[in-house]
This record gives sequence, C-alpha cells and structure tokens, in this order.
Amino acid sequence: MSEPILHSSLGPSDPRLAPRESRRLLVICGISLILAGMIFGDFFAVFILHQNATKINARLLAATQAVAARDAQGVANSFQDVGGFLENRGTKVDAHAHMIAFGYIALLLALLQPFVGLPERTKTSVAKIFLTGSVLLPVGVFLIHYVGLARSPFAAIGWASVVADFGGLLVIVAAAWELVGVWRYWRRGGSARVSDDLPAGNSWCERVLLCGGTLLILIGFLHGAYYAGVHLYANEAADRSLLSAMVVSAASGSAADTAQALGDYAQLQGAKAVNVAAHAHIIEFGLLAILMALFQPYVSVSERWRRIWAAVLLAGSLILPVFVLLEMQMGLVAGGIADVGGLLVVIALFGMLFGMFQRSERLDTTSKVRT
Amino acid sequence: MNFAKRLLIVSGLILAIWGMAYGFFYAVSIEHQTLEKIGSSLAGGFTLAAQRNLSGALAALDESANASYIYVRQVDAHGHWIGLSMLLIVFGIVFHRVGFGERVRMCLAVALVAGSLTFPLGVLLETYSQGWPPKFLAAAGSAVITLALAGIAAGFARRPRA
Repeated sequence: MSEPILHSSLGPSDPRLAPRESRRLLVICGISLILAGMIFGDFFAVFILHQNATKINARLLAATQAVAARDAQGVANSFQDVGGFLENRGTKVDAHAHMIAFGYIALLLALLQPFVGLPERTKTSVAKIFLTGSVLLPVGVFLIHYVGLARSPFAAIGWASVVADFGGLLVIVAAAWELVGVWRYWRRGGSARVSDDLPAGNSWCERVLLCGGTLLILIGFLHGAYYAGVHLYANEAADRSLLSAMVVSAASGSAADTAQALGDYAQLQGAKAVNVAAHAHIIEFGLLAILMALFQPYVSVSERWRRIWAAVLLAGSLILPVFVLLEMQMGLVAGGIADVGGLLVVIALFGMLFGMFQRSERLDTTSKVRT
Repeated sequence: MNFAKRLLIVSGLILAIWGMAYGFFYAVSIEHQTLEKIGSSLAGGFTLAAQRNLSGALAALDESANASYIYVRQVDAHGHWIGLSMLLIVFGIVFHRVGFGERVRMCLAVALVAGSLTFPLGVLLETYSQGWPPKFLAAAGSAVITLALAGIAAGFARRPRA
C-alpha cells in the first residue's frame, strides 16, 4: 500500500477533492447508521431497558415465592418468562450494537476505497451491497422477538432470523469483495502512488478529535483495568453468594432475607451493567472521534462551526459514559444527564453530516455545470 | 508506508481475522451449550430448592456461576481482540500524524500490537487456570496498551514533524 498523494494545497470546496461515489456513499451512510443506532439506543434505554430489568426482578421474586411454596412448576414458569425478557433485551442490544458497528466498518471501508483495485462502478455496487446488509441484519434481529416462529417453514428459526442472516451474508460477501479489490491493487503493483481525496490536513479540529478520541479510549482502558482489577472478581463472588442466599432463605421461609438478597442482587446487576456500558461507550466514542477527524475535510461548514461540532462531539462522548457510571449513586438524574450526553453526540454527528451533504450538493452542481 | 504504519495495519488485519475466526468457532461449537448450561443450572438450582434439595440446589448454582465465569471471559477475549484490531487499523491509517520521531513511533506501535495480543490472551487463559500467570499476562498487556495510548494521545496533540 502506498502513501496517498496529498492535496494539502486544495481548498475544501475544490471539486478536485470530490469524494469518489463509493466513498461518499460509505461515509454518509456510515454516519447515518451510527446516528440511527444511537437514537435507537437512546429510545431503548429510556422506554425498554429499565422496565425490562424491573420485570426480570419481579419474575425472580415470583421464582423465590414458588421455591417457598414448594412449587417446582411455578419456578419453571418464572424462568421461562425471564428467558422471554432476556430475549427482548438481547435482541435490542444486538440491533443497537450491530447498527453502530456496521457504521464504523462503513467508515473504515470508506478510508480503504483508494486502495481497492476495482472499477468505481463495481466499488459503488459493493458499497450498496454492504449497506443493504448493514440495514437488514439489525432490522431482522430487532424483529426476532416480535415475529417469533410465525409462518416459518423451519422448526427453530423464524423469518426475522432468516432476514438477519441474509443481511449478515451480504455484509460478508461485500467485505470479501473489498478484500479481493485490495489484493488486486497489491498485485497490480501497489507501490504506484494513488490519489486520495482526503488531504492529510492538520487543522485544529482534526488534532483535537484525534487527540481527544485517543484520550477517551485511554480513559476507557483505565476504567476497564480498574474494574477488572478491583471489582470483577468480587462481583462474581457476590453474584454467586447472593443467588445461594436467595434460594436458601426462600426454602427456609425467611421472606425478609429473600427480599434483602433479591434487592442486593438487583443492585449488583445494575452495577455490573453500568460499568460495562460506560467502558464500552467511552471506547466506541473515542474511535468515532478519531474516524470523524479523518473525514473533517468533507465537512463543508465554517471553521467556527467545525470547531463547535468537534467540541460538542467530545463533550457528549465524555458526559454519556461518566453519568452512566454515576447512575447507581445519582439515579434518574444521572440517567437524564447521560441521555443529554448521547443527544450531544447525535447533534454533533448531524451537524457534520449536514456539512457533508452541503459539500456533496455543491460538488454535484459544479460537476453538472462543467458537463 | 513506514514500518510502524505497516506493522499496525497488518497486525490489525491479522488480529481481526483471528478474532472473527475464534468468534465463529466459539459461536458454532461452544456458545449455545454454555448459555444452555448457565440457564438450565440456574433454573435447576431454584427447582431443586423448591423440592427442598438444598445441597443439590447450591451445587447447581455453583455450576451456573462457573459456566458464567468462563462465558464472560470467552466473550471478552473475542470482543477485545476485534475491538483492538479496529484500533490498530485506524491508528495505522493516521500514525504519520503522531508528532514524534520514527524511533518513538516504532516503539509505540510495537507496544500497542504486543498489548493487543497478550491482554485478551491472558483473559482467555483465565478460563483454563485461575492462578496468577493468566491474570498477570492480562494485566501486563492492558498496562502496555494504556502506556502506548497515552504516548499516542500526546503525539496527536503535537504538530507532526515534517
């Protein structure tokens, strides 16, 4: 792979910096996927996550009551319900995570486009296949809980799973095609310099996003190491002892001890969930900031607004995980502030996406006038 | 392309393939059985308690906790290998913007790659041995990544050398 030719002397609205169609498609749709995944995640957190956790706790309580009443069938029924709630939660987390992950991969593929040795038309088609799969998979996963096995010809797989799997297949096919393109580029003599329409700028925004993104990832790592070193093993031991206390107290008819163990168990699950969520989100936002630094030349707004969007993106990226972590101490207030942090990231991404659309339209108009 | 960039991108691609291959193998041959064991042992523990077989109930809950201990680490190793591979590729693309000399950049790249390999490996080895060597490997790998990230962040804050 060669160093791209750098157009540092060109202005941001110069048509010579027009992104290739495949790259433009991947960048705009990649950011749109991340936005859709984040907005869906916010809705999921507000309207489903906490309610679902309450229902799971209620069914666990019912299971302990069934233990006290020597009702083995009641225990089985309660755990069947818990399974349903976990499926509801799991499919939504998966849809949210996959949408955002595919957005990141789309941005990475966009960076790779100059080194893919395929005709531009083919590259655009491959990008469309990838993006189709990236939409089908999370939509299919989301629908699994609602569609179930209705009208399915298979014994254990519903139509929603089939759609999700087909989406995954499209993504694999597109990724393999891109790999073939990279291999062709290398075979043709990858030492030849290729022109890249992303200039290696060194603007304030790019440096702040690169540095800020790396710092976010660093904080995420430090927090992860602290959690693993100090809390992980203790939490696992507490998980085990609380479940034991729950069944022993329920079997001995001590309702107060059972209630205490259940309450502690719910707190422990909450503490584990917020730590994992904070760790994952801060690192993902760090990666997002680094990727957005690379695409700043495509954001056609004034320098002042570019700086505002960069600062808002980084602020939201820090606020959300920090206040997710504080949810156990501050309750709903922290949850609300965390949601505002998520909203800030969404607004910043919309601002950058708007700048990219503006630039795209301007370049299209220039191209039509020239034709 | 200089050696540090090439090292990061190639290592990132290899690590991504390795992480996905491990994930595929894990999902097909281990994950469903592990999840089934966690769920059935947990429900079984409560059912045995309802039948007043407390020693059986506690044994079933222990079984569930042990399976959960292994599951968490197997998923963590898979997730961290792939996450770190993405980080290596992205840093490889922008590594020329790290404002240090070639030797320092080289050290940072080697440290990041070494940590990205050893940290998840240590986590995975914890499923085979609960002694100190896997924990030490995971902690050392994580510390090396942390130091490398601090260096890279400082490098991004500086203007790149011409």
